[in-house]
Amino acid sequence: MIRFILGRLIKAVFILLAILVFNFLLIHAAPGDPAAVMAGEAGAADEKFLADLRANFGLDQPLYVQLWLYIKGAVQLDLGYSFRQQMPVAEMIGDRLPATLLLTGVAFVLSLVLGVAAGVAASARQGRWGDTIISTFALLFYATPLFWVALMATLVFSVWLEWLPGFGYSTIGAGYTGLAHVLDVAKHLVLPASTLGLFFTAIYMRMTRASMLEVSRLDFVKTARAKGLSRGVIQRRHILRNALLPVITLAGLQAGQIFGGAILTETVFAWPGIGRLMFEAINQRDYNVILGVFYISAAMVLLFNLITDVIYVIVDPRIRLTT
Amino acid sequence: MKSFWTRFSYNRGAVIGLVILTLVIATAILAPFLFPQSPWKMVQRPFLPPFTQDGLPLGTDALGRNVLSGLAHGAYVSLLVGLVSTIVALAIGVPVGAAAGYFAGRTDDALMRFTEFFQTIPSFALAIVLLAIFQPSLTFVIIAISIVSWPPVARLVRGEVLSLRTREFVEAASLSGLGNLQIILRHILPNALPPIIVLASLMVAQAILLESSLSFLGLGDPNIMSWGYMIGAARTVIRTAWWLSFLPGMAILLTVLALNLIGEGLNDALNPRLTRKSE
Repeated sequence: MIRFILGRLIKAVFILLAILVFNFLLIHAAPGDPAAVMAGEAGAADEKFLADLRANFGLDQPLYVQLWLYIKGAVQLDLGYSFRQQMPVAEMIGDRLPATLLLTGVAFVLSLVLGVAAGVAASARQGRWGDTIISTFALLFYATPLFWVALMATLVFSVWLEWLPGFGYSTIGAGYTGLAHVLDVAKHLVLPASTLGLFFTAIYMRMTRASMLEVSRLDFVKTARAKGLSRGVIQRRHILRNALLPVITLAGLQAGQIFGGAILTETVFAWPGIGRLMFEAINQRDYNVILGVFYISAAMVLLFNLITDVIYVIVDPRIRLTT
Repeated sequence: MKSFWTRFSYNRGAVIGLVILTLVIATAILAPFLFPQSPWKMVQRPFLPPFTQDGLPLGTDALGRNVLSGLAHGAYVSLLVGLVSTIVALAIGVPVGAAAGYFAGRTDDALMRFTEFFQTIPSFALAIVLLAIFQPSLTFVIIAISIVSWPPVARLVRGEVLSLRTREFVEAASLSGLGNLQIILRHILPNALPPIIVLASLMVAQAILLESSLSFLGLGDPNIMSWGYMIGAARTVIRTAWWLSFLPGMAILLTVLALNLIGEGLNDALNPRLTRKSE
C-alpha cells in the first residue's frame, strides 16, 4: 500500500514538473517580450520597470538557468507577482482556494449521490416510463452549456422567484457570525453547487445505469435470484457493489472537469474562488495569475486522483497495486 | 448499407437528432444569403423584444444588432469549430493511439504517459491558458480545443489496435511482407473505424460546448459572432432582457443534443454488440 502511494506520488510530481516546464515554455512562446508577458498590461508602459523585471527574473541569462529559477520558485510556492493587484500570486490563490474547494466538494458529493441514486432507479425500471424520464433529463443536462444553466438558474430562482441569492459568497455588510454566517454562506452556495453538480449528476447517472445493467446480466446475479433473494437485496448487495467500481474510476478522472466547470460557475455567480480569479485575470491579461491558477488546479486534481486511487483499493482489494 | 439505416432509424431519438442537425446545417449554409449584412451591424434601436417588429422576428440585442442574424451566423461558427477541431483531434489521437497499440512495449509506455499527462491536467483551464497567452483567433480556438480533446481518441484507438493486431488476418498481412505502416493503414484502422466514428460524433458535440464556454468567457475570436459570445454579452442585462441569453443557449442545447442523439444512433447501428465505452 505504501509503495503504491509512493509510486503515485512520484508520478504526480513528474506531472507537476511537466506543467511547470510547459508554463515556462508558454511564457517564452507568447508573442512579445517575456518580461512584458509576466508584467501583464501593467508593465507595458514603463521601460525601467521592465528592465528591473528582466534582472529580477534573470531574463538576461540562458534559458536553462531561467527554467531552473522558475521551477525552484514554483516548488517553494513562489508563483510570481501580480503587478495588476500588487500582490504575490500565491497569496491571491490562497485567499480564494477555500471557496473553490467548498463549491467543488459540495457539487461533487451532491452529483455522485444523486447520480448513483438516479442511475440505480433508472436501471431498476429499464425500458419503462421512469427510466425514460430519468434518462431524458440526464441527456438534456449533458447537452446543456453549464454557464447557461447557471444564468437561467439565477434568472428563475434569484431574479423572478427571489428565493435564493444569485450572487457572491455571503451577504455583504450583514456582519453575520457563527451559525447565522454558516447559514448565509449555505444559502449562497445552493445555486452554484447545484448547477455545477447537475452536469456531473447526468454523467454519473448514465454511467451507473449502464454499469448496473451490465452487472445484472452476470451469472452470480442469476445465482442470487435462484437462491430466492429479494429484488432489493440483489440490487443493493450484489449488483450495486460491483457496478460502483467503474463509477468511482470515472469520478476520479472527472476531477479536472469539475474544476473546469467551477471556472464557469464561479464566473456567473461571482463566487470568490480561484475560477473567478482566473476569469478576472483573463480580462486583465494577468498572465502570472492565469498560469498560477492552472498550476495549483492541476496540483488539486492530482491530489484528488490520489485520494480516489486509495479509496478504490480500499473498496476493492482485488485491484492489483500497480503504478 | 440498408441494415445500417434500418438499425440507425430504429433509434427514434437518433432520427430526431438527424432532423435537428440538418436544420442547423441548413441555417449555417444559408446564413450569408439570408442575412447578407454583417451580424455586428446595428439595425434598430437596442433591446427590441422578439415578435414586435416585422423583419426582426427575434428583436435586437443591447447594441441594436439583429438577434436572428447573429444566431444564424453563430450556427456556422459552432459547426465549423466543432467539425474542424474534431478532425484535428483525430489527426493527433489516431496516430498516437495506433502507434502505442501496434508497437506496444516502450513505445506504448511513452505514448500513454504522454496521453495520460494531457488527460490528468484540467483541460478547460489548459484551453484558457493557451488562448489567454496567444491572441484569440478562430485558428487558435480550434487548436486549443483539439489539444485538450485528443486523449480519449488515442486511448480508444490504442485499445482497438491492441485487440486487432494479434488477429489472423493481420498476421497473414505481415507474413505476406507488408510494412508496418501498410498493415496499420490498410488492415487494422479500417476495422477500428466504427467506434472511432461514434466517438467523433460525440467529440463534435463536446467541441461545440467548449467553444461556447470559451467565447462566453471572452476568449473567442473578437471578430466572429458566436453563440457563446452572444450569451456572454447579454449576461449583464439578464434582468431586463433575459431572452438575449436564453435564445443562443437554446441553440447550443439543441445542436449538442442532436449530436449526442446521433452518436447514440450511430453506436446502435455500427456496434450492435458493444456497450458504450466512449464517455
